[in-house]
Amino acid sequence: MLIYMSRRLLWTPVLMFVAGLFVFWLASCTPGDPAELMAGQRADPEAIERIRDRLGLNDPFMVQYTRYIADALKGDFGESYRYRGRDVLELLGPKLRVSLELNIVSYVVTLAIGLPLGFWTAMRQGTWKDPTTTTFMLLVYAMPVFFTAPFLILVFASWLDWIPVSGWSGMFSTQAILPAFTLGVPGAFVFMRFMRASTLDVLGQEYVRTAHGKGMGQMTVNRRHIARNALLPIITILGFSLAGLFGGSLVVELIYGIPGVSRLLLEAVFQRDYPVIMGMTLLGATMLAIANMVADIMYSVIDPRIRLRA
Amino acid sequence: MNDSRSTSPSSDGLTEYLEVEGSDGIFSHAWNQLRKRKLALISVCILLVLYTVGILAPLVATHDYTETNLAKTQAAPDLENWLGTDRLGRDIFSRVVWGIQTTVILTVITSLTASFVLGLAAGMAAGYLRGIVDIITTRTGEVVSVFPDILLLLIIVATVRPQFKEFGYWIEDNTFISGVISSGAIDYIVLGVAFLPLSWFGSMRLIRGQTLAIREAPYVDAARSMGVGTPKILLRHILPNVITPLIVSVSFGMGGVALGEAIISFFGVGVQPPRPSLGVMIGDVTARTGSAAVETLRNHPEQLLPPIIVVWLMIFCWNILGDALNDILNPRAR
Repeated sequence: MLIYMSRRLLWTPVLMFVAGLFVFWLASCTPGDPAELMAGQRADPEAIERIRDRLGLNDPFMVQYTRYIADALKGDFGESYRYRGRDVLELLGPKLRVSLELNIVSYVVTLAIGLPLGFWTAMRQGTWKDPTTTTFMLLVYAMPVFFTAPFLILVFASWLDWIPVSGWSGMFSTQAILPAFTLGVPGAFVFMRFMRASTLDVLGQEYVRTAHGKGMGQMTVNRRHIARNALLPIITILGFSLAGLFGGSLVVELIYGIPGVSRLLLEAVFQRDYPVIMGMTLLGATMLAIANMVADIMYSVIDPRIRLRA
Repeated sequence: MNDSRSTSPSSDGLTEYLEVEGSDGIFSHAWNQLRKRKLALISVCILLVLYTVGILAPLVATHDYTETNLAKTQAAPDLENWLGTDRLGRDIFSRVVWGIQTTVILTVITSLTASFVLGLAAGMAAGYLRGIVDIITTRTGEVVSVFPDILLLLIIVATVRPQFKEFGYWIEDNTFISGVISSGAIDYIVLGVAFLPLSWFGSMRLIRGQTLAIREAPYVDAARSMGVGTPKILLRHILPNVITPLIVSVSFGMGGVALGEAIISFFGVGVQPPRPSLGVMIGDVTARTGSAAVETLRNHPEQLLPPIIVVWLMIFCWNILGDALNDILNPRAR
């Protein structure tokens, strides 16, 4: 167990290093370099050369990358090309927090809907309720965010005037409700499907039959024997599914006018503001890697069977 | 029979190979099973219609997708413009039809290259040869899966496009081929390249796992001991056994590719105007902000709905089909 954990802990930074290398390499492939950008169009070649020297752009590729990583470890992701004089971390930080909040709220919605529904449908396998619910959730899942977002705004904000939209004031404000549902409900289908399969697995186990045989009440068996064991394998997909949320959250942020990373990232991509893209990639990937690692470790901590096997 | 093949558009050679093999081929079996599932059958029909429309876009479209008619903007559906016109007076029906073609091309390109070529080859090599090949492919995949999907798509598209565009101009200048840029071919290649790193890993991992299990099977052992070469073992003994899970996973993945294209075109990074795509149409109408989308939905729902419904149907039907194929082709996995 300890060996496994330490191997994971050592491997993740290596992974980040290589992933960063990939983006850094992409950045170096694009035509036009930052020195030309900073010097302006009519600068003489010597001035550009001076800036290049100062920025260290004439150094070999790996030297540049190592220097970047060394700085990044100290929390210095460089300076944005577009917003001159603004530190990347300072630009990204607050926006990343908002995006993270949005993703967390949506994730809670996803789990709160998906897991109980999965359990419920599994217990009703063979009746009409199971396929109907599954198909309905698939319809919701397939609905693109570009539709749900404006539609929900139209219904709840314009027609009914119940909930204020646009903007962001924290995870627990009413403004968070619509974006969270827009982003969270479709994902519930995935968890529902996993939970359903895993519950069906558990239902066939001997210990469930034994529990029933002992004369335990249905509720107790459900809670103690079925739900608990069915939830275990779900933990492993917790980390992975976070990655899927991100794409949708970019769209949702744009449509609801939430000040997350969305707009900054798109601007950066359009104008090839590579320090921002690099910073975003590294931070995003680090978060994802940590989430995956935590999920893995949690799984082995919670399920003693896994721990003993490893 | 033909219908079931069109659901896995890229496996023609393999399909024929498999059909010759069994007396009652696995695909005719699958088709018989599929016929009994109403929802799956409806999905297949919808997909067939959408893909046919996409392929035959030049015949189906009633107008040119760039043709503007400023005397008739934001018009409601009528006999001439079946789904109305947008704010530049372009015919929405024709634009949706051409947009479907974009999606069709992209889903086919990615499933062909990423899943059926790269994923299959890498997965079988990694699973059968093990050792260094296995380590390299698996680790590469791990690095790719570190990135959030859409982020990776955005970065690659933004970086790769200028280079490919240069290349397109070079071809137009130096060879007799013309219209490379205006046909949008460059966009398709760029997007295909961008989807590649995302899509191959899933199928690679799947195929690798299957191959690992099968390589220990007695019949593979027997073939090996009889002196059958590695390529022949891979082709005759491993491939037919790993292909069905791949078909299922590709079917699930197609909807994702359609959505991915719509999202990055919505952001304005994907397919470039004048070439229409469903994502571009949605982005155009909503002007990439919420209030405009709400306004459009309130006042001109006929503009926003057609592209959205098509994307919706694509994702829904591919998932339903994937589900059904999973039940039919992998009975053990149920």
